[in-house]
Amino acid sequence: MIGDSIFGIHATALKVRESRMGILASNIANAATPNYKARDLDFGDALKLAENGQAADPALRFRIPVQTSMDGNTVEMATEQTAFAENALGYRTSLSFLQGRISTLSRALKGE
Amino acid sequence: MSVGQPLSIFDISGRAMAANLVRLNTTASNLANAGTVAGSEAGAFRSLKPVFRTVMGEGGRATVAVDRIATAGAGPTQRHDPLHPLADANGDVWEAAVDSAAELVEMVETSRQYQNNVQVLQTAKGLIAETLRLGQ
Repeated sequence: MIGDSIFGIHATALKVRESRMGILASNIANAATPNYKARDLDFGDALKLAENGQAADPALRFRIPVQTSMDGNTVEMATEQTAFAENALGYRTSLSFLQGRISTLSRALKGE
Repeated sequence: MSVGQPLSIFDISGRAMAANLVRLNTTASNLANAGTVAGSEAGAFRSLKPVFRTVMGEGGRATVAVDRIATAGAGPTQRHDPLHPLADANGDVWEAAVDSAAELVEMVETSRQYQNNVQVLQTAKGLIAETLRLGQ
């Protein structure tokens, strides 16, 4: 596929970042739900699965809490917020790589 | 919503905000009714607490919903006050046992969680807008 050779791994990485963002958002949303177990995507595994066109579900892992709470909830806000910020930065990085590829191509097309 | 339908980040955070707003409303009613008096034990105010439940979606995504609003905490306190206009035949009134300090803590926690969800929504919105501008 031509899209694969132009954008390389970054298009796939962007999709994985998007799904990880959804999972981290779910953890933050369930910060006060009793018995909710926080989860996260193993980014490397999820990327390999996505490159083969498979769903990211097998790369889901349960988060091991630093300190357990009485209601069985394992969401730790500091961990989740850090992971969310890191993931958003990763998303922006993939975006700027894609932007670079696109501007290279359009420059070549325009013959500037 | 049943299991298996796709959940967008807007669904996840939006519903969490709605659930937290319900929690804030119950806290507000509890604080508003602190110290209210009734003429019978059944008629006295009892503090309300929402019960949150996880709503699972596809691919590990999940949001939250309010399962029900339960009454919680200590029962009303019986007080002998024969001069009170609401006093029953024995001269007793029942006062709502609302723990104001606990409710205030709950209020702060709820507002922090609401803010966290707003932040998630803002970040996601920004990233989507940046993606839309890709190649321009």
